[in-house]
Amino acid sequence: MSKKEVKNLVVVENVALNSTNFLIKLKSSESIPKIEPGQFVNVEIKDTNEIFLRRPFSVFDMDYTENTMSLIVKILGRGSKKLTEIKKGEELSVVFPLGKTFTYPDINDKILLVGGGSGVAPMLFLAKEAGLKKDNVTMLLGARTSEDHINVQKYEQYGNLYFTTEDGSLGEKGFVTAHSVFKNLKTYNKIYACGPDAMMKSIAKEADKAGVFCEVSLENLMACGFGVCLCCIEPTVKGNLCVCTEGPVFNINDLKW
Amino acid sequence: MVDLAVKINNLEFKNPVLTASGTSGNAEELMDFYDVSKLGGILLKGVTLRNRDGNAYPRMAETASGMLNAVGLQNKGIDYFIANIYPRIKDYKTHLIANVNGSTVEEYIELTEKVDELENISAIELNISCPNVKEGGMSFGISCPSAEAVTREVRRVCNKPLIVKLSPNVTDITEIAKAVEGQGADSVSLVNTFLGMAIDAEKKIPLLSTITGGLSGPAIKPLALRMVWQVYNAVKIPVIGMGGIMNATDAIEFMLAGASAVQVGTAIFKDPFIPVKIIDGIKDYLERHNLESATDLVGSLQL
Repeated sequence: MSKKEVKNLVVVENVALNSTNFLIKLKSSESIPKIEPGQFVNVEIKDTNEIFLRRPFSVFDMDYTENTMSLIVKILGRGSKKLTEIKKGEELSVVFPLGKTFTYPDINDKILLVGGGSGVAPMLFLAKEAGLKKDNVTMLLGARTSEDHINVQKYEQYGNLYFTTEDGSLGEKGFVTAHSVFKNLKTYNKIYACGPDAMMKSIAKEADKAGVFCEVSLENLMACGFGVCLCCIEPTVKGNLCVCTEGPVFNINDLKW
Repeated sequence: MVDLAVKINNLEFKNPVLTASGTSGNAEELMDFYDVSKLGGILLKGVTLRNRDGNAYPRMAETASGMLNAVGLQNKGIDYFIANIYPRIKDYKTHLIANVNGSTVEEYIELTEKVDELENISAIELNISCPNVKEGGMSFGISCPSAEAVTREVRRVCNKPLIVKLSPNVTDITEIAKAVEGQGADSVSLVNTFLGMAIDAEKKIPLLSTITGGLSGPAIKPLALRMVWQVYNAVKIPVIGMGGIMNATDAIEFMLAGASAVQVGTAIFKDPFIPVKIIDGIKDYLERHNLESATDLVGSLQL
């Protein structure tokens, strides 16, 4: 097991990407350990007594020359809301690196990455890190309306981008699984998904039907993030496993979905 | 140079800071952060005779200054522990203490017999206070006759120091403490979690799959401190205090109230380094107060 750390990182950037998503960039004074797509960090929210536990976030990007890590924080509740109010120059206590990475695709694999909500972050990170030819990477991002989508134009260099919205204001109308890329799932060697449970479950169902390798990243509630509280368990074919240490990335064949 | 060591029964602890069962795994998880030999001791994850899957998700709810849990003693059973976990952790240079759980007196006996044979387990903590299991657990710890019965039977087969972990979910915790002392408990640890509940008002549903669960964290500290004080004054055996300890000052308060050592629990979820910081903080406190030994703190509350 790799060494884990609890460190105070300095907020060097906190910008609103839209009304509910914020990009928070954190800088370490020392060299930052390698963090890979799928892994997460557990962030202390400095606040009142109402927010007692840390909040876990998938890593969105790393920069090892600047020693920074970037997170996309979507406001979901009181913890994430408070976190987005942090100012540049303030410090955050972060526990990292936590959890397991996605299985990297083989060099000639064609992959489909599906992200919804805060699940967009690890999907874009994986697209960037996968090292595949642009034409072999398909990114499909889903949201309620166009306003919930963040600007991801620069990711066009890593793959082909598609969108869905429930109201049809951007890309195809409907849930991600209704998108036309799902008509030909067999053309992909690997499918990766992160987002709301219902979304991942329907993707898993389609991937299973098509017989394509599929990994999903779960977001179960957790207290510690490093395998001691046993609160974030997911029932699997190997029993109840901690999402924080045995996941958050799981192959759909191991889940009891 | 201050002396941090404390003695409980015949065991010498290098410092009075232990980690509570269920909050530090089987010690290996903490090794990812630091060498656990810094710690006075580690109360291992609660073990049962056979595999337990624990309760359904969700098992945790954040509450004001604390959290509720309803894990329900998930573990792979004592035989798996002996074959797979014990060999990996047995040479850690700190006291490893097993936390044993049963649903019947017979299970407690059989389990204790197995743990008793493990050379590098320093002591046994008899858990008669888990609020999250349907059978056994806390039901043994909330009446004097059942607490007496299980302590008496386990004492017969336990050759290691026997710590009995008490439930706060009782009318008078001193009665239970005296009852287990009378049956040969070497020390008592308190408190386990308080039975609590949390509700999502919008959805009109409980936040835990089990509806109720155990409350821990700073929210319970004043209650726990009061109980440690009461028990310290009611029994002659050593008391190990816990309940919402987040920093060295909290730990010192428990020692002033009578705890010979403390267990740090839920704080570890916030920061696994907190037990180490508490050790340093106690050392600073002793120096500041011109005290030679951590033992000088125990029960030294001035009235």
